[in-house]
Amino acid sequence: METTIQKKYTYKDFGNDQEVRWCPGCDDYVILRSVQKALPEMGVKKEDVVFISGIGCSSRFPYYMGTYGMHGIHGRAPAIASGVKLANPDLSVWVITGDGDSMAIGGNHFIHVLRRNIDLNIILFNNEIYGLTKGQFSPTSLVGQKTKSSPFGNTQPPFSPGELAIGAQARFFARIGGNAPKEMSDIFVEAEKFKGTSLIEVLQNCVIFNDGCYVKYTDKTVREDKQLFVEHGKPMIFGKDKNKGLVLKGLKLETVTIGENGITEDDILVHDAKEKDPTMHQMLVRLEYPLVTGIIRSFEDVTLEERENALTEQIKAKSDFKVTNDLFFSGETYQVK
Amino acid sequence: MITEKMNQAESLDAVVIRFVGDSGDGMQLTGTQFSDTSAMFGNDVATFPNYPSEIRAPQGSLYGVSGFQVHIGSVEVSTPGDNLDLLVAMNPAGLKTNLYAVKPGQTIIVDVDSFTKKNLEKAQYETNPLHDGSLENYRVVEVPMTSLTKEALKDIEGLDNKSITRSKNMFALGMVYWLYDRSPEHTIEFFHKKFRNKPHLIEANTKVLNAGFFYAETIELIPNSYSISPAKMAGGTYRIIMGNTATAWGFLAAAEKSGLELFLGSYPITPATDILHELVKHKHFGVKAFQAEDEIAGISSAIGASFAGDLAITTTSGPGLALKGEALGLAMMIELPLVVVNVQRGGPSTGLPTKTEQSDLLQAMYGRNGESPVIVLAASTPANCFTYAYQAAKLALEHMTPVVLLTDGYIANGSAPWKIKKLEELPEIKNHIVKEAKENWHPYDRDEETLARNWAIPGTPGLEHRVGGLEKDRITGDVSHVPENHEIMTHTRAEKVKRVQNYIPEVVPEFAEEGDLLVIGWGGTYGSLHSAVKQLNSEGYKNIGFAHFNYINPLPKNTGELLKKFKKIVVCELNNGQFVNVLRMHFNQDFLQHNKIQGLPFANSELIEKFKQLVK
Repeated sequence: METTIQKKYTYKDFGNDQEVRWCPGCDDYVILRSVQKALPEMGVKKEDVVFISGIGCSSRFPYYMGTYGMHGIHGRAPAIASGVKLANPDLSVWVITGDGDSMAIGGNHFIHVLRRNIDLNIILFNNEIYGLTKGQFSPTSLVGQKTKSSPFGNTQPPFSPGELAIGAQARFFARIGGNAPKEMSDIFVEAEKFKGTSLIEVLQNCVIFNDGCYVKYTDKTVREDKQLFVEHGKPMIFGKDKNKGLVLKGLKLETVTIGENGITEDDILVHDAKEKDPTMHQMLVRLEYPLVTGIIRSFEDVTLEERENALTEQIKAKSDFKVTNDLFFSGETYQVK
Repeated sequence: MITEKMNQAESLDAVVIRFVGDSGDGMQLTGTQFSDTSAMFGNDVATFPNYPSEIRAPQGSLYGVSGFQVHIGSVEVSTPGDNLDLLVAMNPAGLKTNLYAVKPGQTIIVDVDSFTKKNLEKAQYETNPLHDGSLENYRVVEVPMTSLTKEALKDIEGLDNKSITRSKNMFALGMVYWLYDRSPEHTIEFFHKKFRNKPHLIEANTKVLNAGFFYAETIELIPNSYSISPAKMAGGTYRIIMGNTATAWGFLAAAEKSGLELFLGSYPITPATDILHELVKHKHFGVKAFQAEDEIAGISSAIGASFAGDLAITTTSGPGLALKGEALGLAMMIELPLVVVNVQRGGPSTGLPTKTEQSDLLQAMYGRNGESPVIVLAASTPANCFTYAYQAAKLALEHMTPVVLLTDGYIANGSAPWKIKKLEELPEIKNHIVKEAKENWHPYDRDEETLARNWAIPGTPGLEHRVGGLEKDRITGDVSHVPENHEIMTHTRAEKVKRVQNYIPEVVPEFAEEGDLLVIGWGGTYGSLHSAVKQLNSEGYKNIGFAHFNYINPLPKNTGELLKKFKKIVVCELNNGQFVNVLRMHFNQDFLQHNKIQGLPFANSELIEKFKQLVK
């Protein structure tokens, strides 16, 4: 029997009256709307939702939400959000970050929050460029990429966020194009359901400083042929004609065509997002063709706050110290008359 | 024998004893046991450990010497003391590095077994100081402690050679107990607790301790014995407490009093780590102690916890405060309660991690970008670390602002008797939590008196709002780049901190309310300065007053008035002159300085000499 009536929200409940100030045509608008549309589907109360961001274009996000929020300092959002969640595990805590914010200045917090597995949802807006400082290369920019700070081409090899994250023990990693609002919303809902740190990398186009950086994967005309959208338990098939798929050959993934060389659908690998061993997930993350999107890894594990709470309860039950007076007067004290 | 000894006992007001040896010789334990026992006996005590920053420096080396100093008195003792009445040296290196501090004519006890050729070389002695006459001015007691310890333990089974040699510190302790007329009972009880499941270690340590005690008594190696009567202290229940523990407990008390949960975000750093060690023990009070990946995550997680409604603190030392600077600015900007504890050490950069200094005052005041005022407090004794930690939490919550609490390595590692405070004796702690949505509510609605903004905590319906490092409109709390608004908000944040003056006590001068010289100090130098001025006062210098500051920003309201009552003012600090420049900014007066930057506390003699010179 339901004892409480869950308020029904619409996406409007999660916005506010602030004018959104991203550049016209920026994918950030798509992400904002997708989040606002996903939130009513999650069964969380508006007052329990908190958005924490760092610095950068993406990090203005909390100001456009109707929830609790904090626009923090550069790179530190995962640490701030960890404090929020540990202080009150009942909250739904979201981190908004970009490729500069999380991979460069905040790299340390990024890997450690994943390692600890605190129940946070991190949306990483990856546009492979610094936008707010007007166009320098970022840790995800490609070698050779010409930017304001690499006029002759970038010489620093990039991170792949998924590879770094899974290496740092991420239990949930999803990747999605910035022009796929429906799939994005669905992933956000799954991320909220997932207990533990969820990382969602959004391939976000920067219309001003890095326009078209993902167009070869995300353009509507090529999307189906270049992207493999994975779903747990389903064969990894893609292509306009749904006839391409992945098989394992030796230690490498290979794309094959169903119907050619005796390949049938049964030969195609079935996606297992819940597998503990991240080897296959790493291989999927690294593929350049097809580019793998969707929830690549979703392995449920004990969260930090569960461990902490269990310990606290155990110690509280055993301890003779109920109030500080018990501690202060314990052990070796003496009287002065 | 005992009776005879009692009759002979020389009565003293106070003595200073130092135990020195290799960093693995157990000198800290020996010193702690002696001070605890003396406190139980009713003496006032002050202690100071002095150890190398290497965990186990090479055995016998000069830089591997670890020491523990205890000052016990039948009168109030407010410092660990400077010159020694007794030095116990377990090896030549310990003797060499500590001889300078022994008063001429006083006693040195050495483990003569350790004065081997090899150890003398390691200590860079060309000749054996025990034989070359260089110790003529002291009463040297040569005791074969290592061999006597081995002899005492020869019948106990299950002890390896290492355990045997390591218990020789208890032989030394036994001798010192006899010398100062203390019972070994307390330490024997301690063995029973420490080695609960290792009866052979209880037996071994007890045997060695008693062997030392009886050796001192029966061989009559030590001609005189001293007795120090209990000190006159205010009635009540006491315990010996270390500064860092007192700091941790102050926060525990503040959390319970305020009804909030305590969150600590911290990263290990010398000499602040013991606060983390202490608070992680107290999960039974619901303390959430989070060891973060770095200093920045330590403070950032605390800011997150504060946003979510906890009493949030972060602990560090100098270099860590530098790393926390930007985040501290954020906490100031979003006006959340937060306490940052900085246990100061020798700087700059990595500096002298295990030594004391007061050189982070200006960093605490100004070490952030923009106009970024915060409350700055400084504890001044091991025991009042409790009071000021409690007060820091209270001010942070009642004024919705970060507070930096400065302690230092000297008081943080030192211990002293603490008259235990019951929770019900401590002042109330209010907060600005807003529980329900009212029409026209804004996150920057302020309390008229304090200017504290209200605290709306995630989970409260109808109060959803956004904070952040960008300047906010003073009414709506939305992002604002309006020039006049920024100026008004800057003034408001400054005024909020300034008004804390109305809630803190005035500074009360000691020894003289007006006169020729006002000695000014702040933070951990209280003990040294107080003893020096007290001694001068008893010598007839009634014209010297002493004012010590625990509230640095804002300063107590009556500061300017007080300064005018003295002809000369000398500001004494363990830095190159930081507080003096804060005073100069506020008050148009001449300030003299006395500064020491050696990683050591002030010595009584240097202060006396300085002050006498100034009133000549």
